[in-house]
Amino acid sequence: MARVCETEGRWSAAESLAQNRVPDCTARLENTAAPTPVPPDFSVLSEMPMKRYSAFAIAREAARHHTGWERAWRSPKPKDRYDVVIVGAGGHGLATAYYLGKNFGITNVAIIEKGWLGGGNTGRNTTIIRSNYLQDDSAAIYEKARSLYEGLSQDLNYNIMFSPRGVIMLAQTEHEVRGYKRTAHANAHQGVTTEYITPERVKELVPIINLHGPRYPVLGGLYQARGGTARHDAVAWGYARACSGMGMDIIQQCEVTGVETGADGNVSGVQTTKGRIGCGKLGIVVAGHSGVLAQMAGFRLPIESVALQALVSEPIKPCMDVVVMANTVHGYMSQSDKGEMVIGGGADGYNNYTQRGSFHHVEETVRSLVETFPMVSRLKMLRQWGGIVDMTGDRSPIISRTPLGNCFINCGWGTGGFKAIPGSGWAMADMMAKGTPGPLAKGFGLDRFREGRFIDESVAAGVAH
Amino acid sequence: MLLLECPCCGVTAEETEFHGGGEAHVKRAGPSSEDAAFETYLFHRENPKGVHFERWRHVTGCGKWFMAARDTATLEVFGTYSAQTLAPPEDLLKQIRDKRPGFKWRDVQ
Repeated sequence: MARVCETEGRWSAAESLAQNRVPDCTARLENTAAPTPVPPDFSVLSEMPMKRYSAFAIAREAARHHTGWERAWRSPKPKDRYDVVIVGAGGHGLATAYYLGKNFGITNVAIIEKGWLGGGNTGRNTTIIRSNYLQDDSAAIYEKARSLYEGLSQDLNYNIMFSPRGVIMLAQTEHEVRGYKRTAHANAHQGVTTEYITPERVKELVPIINLHGPRYPVLGGLYQARGGTARHDAVAWGYARACSGMGMDIIQQCEVTGVETGADGNVSGVQTTKGRIGCGKLGIVVAGHSGVLAQMAGFRLPIESVALQALVSEPIKPCMDVVVMANTVHGYMSQSDKGEMVIGGGADGYNNYTQRGSFHHVEETVRSLVETFPMVSRLKMLRQWGGIVDMTGDRSPIISRTPLGNCFINCGWGTGGFKAIPGSGWAMADMMAKGTPGPLAKGFGLDRFREGRFIDESVAAGVAH
Repeated sequence: MLLLECPCCGVTAEETEFHGGGEAHVKRAGPSSEDAAFETYLFHRENPKGVHFERWRHVTGCGKWFMAARDTATLEVFGTYSAQTLAPPEDLLKQIRDKRPGFKWRDVQ
């Protein structure tokens, strides 16, 4: 059931979102949400106290033909000025706004979005959540994110369908064996629970796997039992609903066209297609378009944008309840609750903003997966799409102050942003509220490139791209 | 799938025959340069949504490096030219100006 909305019509779901209406399926998903025992503090709700979703609400609405569901978030006209403006209503931008309100009581906030909410990489990823990174800074923020995901449905009163089904990264060369053993030891020090497992254990967890592939046999794997997946759209929708409930304005179809600075070098507002919006602080959280926004704001970033693509198969009966990543042959796969095999592909080898991807990457990815999972050779592929990922030199994100005063940037998540959403929003909100990066964000400053203080995950994490 | 023409051997082929080499005309800042210049040389990259100039290598063909002018939003290839140049040739720039009036890439416009 994970992707109900998507099958029922990706674009109709998207259109209804743009019109600020959550597709009907969200209401149905709610019956699996555990109601929180303690009612949340509604004192921060300034404008629209939202109705809680609960088993009781389902029963109540069932009794009156579901006429009482209200819109999940408001669609207001922009005000002249906000204390904080966040550019980008994807997962990271919405999470930033949410934790600004929840942790710091800052609710005079606008989140502006040029397309529709969650329509960028938040709606285009393979929904994998894990925190088995090598470097301390990465492990800290991804583990924070993973642990927040565990309680997020209750926290947001919105079922994000977090499924801690386990993630295995296959070791298929001697180098990978050494690398993953090293990561498992590092994770033990960092307090992240992972283990290095034998091929027999891999086979036990994933019966459909072929351990003796023609090119690369499975020699072992790095297993994080508490990693998993979540319903990607629901993460954005849940945060959006909670932000709107705190009185924040989510303004969709509003593109930023310029960044204004005052004489003191501080940001004073943004020009948008819906007019000027003044702000006390500006947060840029636009992933693939970070370079475009930075150019408007007048600074450069160590980032290049490329399309990364993914695809899903036709839905089949449950056959694999673990996420498997095979980085040497380059393919990763999981099965959605609805039965589709969700497959991550390769990134294009040149800068682009096309959200499409290329056929030869599909061929390459599917070829690798057929080696590892021979049964997928007879599957039909249903859909393929691309997202624009912002890649930094060391493949780690940037959560940083910028050369402009009161302007902060959160970008560079590259191919691994979805798993980081709650932690990234937490760290970004902390930095924006206090003006200086806190412990989670400290290592991810822009100055690390000048200082050579890299968080080098491009080789360390063994991520395939 | 891009179609590129290698200016060295004259072959027009699909992108799988080539390998992207990143931003073109990057000037090296050596060990004696300022930290800021060295950072720019190593990490800061043009990342335009639109006209971009970049390096490519004809890896499974003649093996030579060359430059290409391409639109990163539409994937239109405006043309390719020799790697033995410090700036894009004027006739190619004129063609790009006609198609994308007002484009700017570093100080090229």
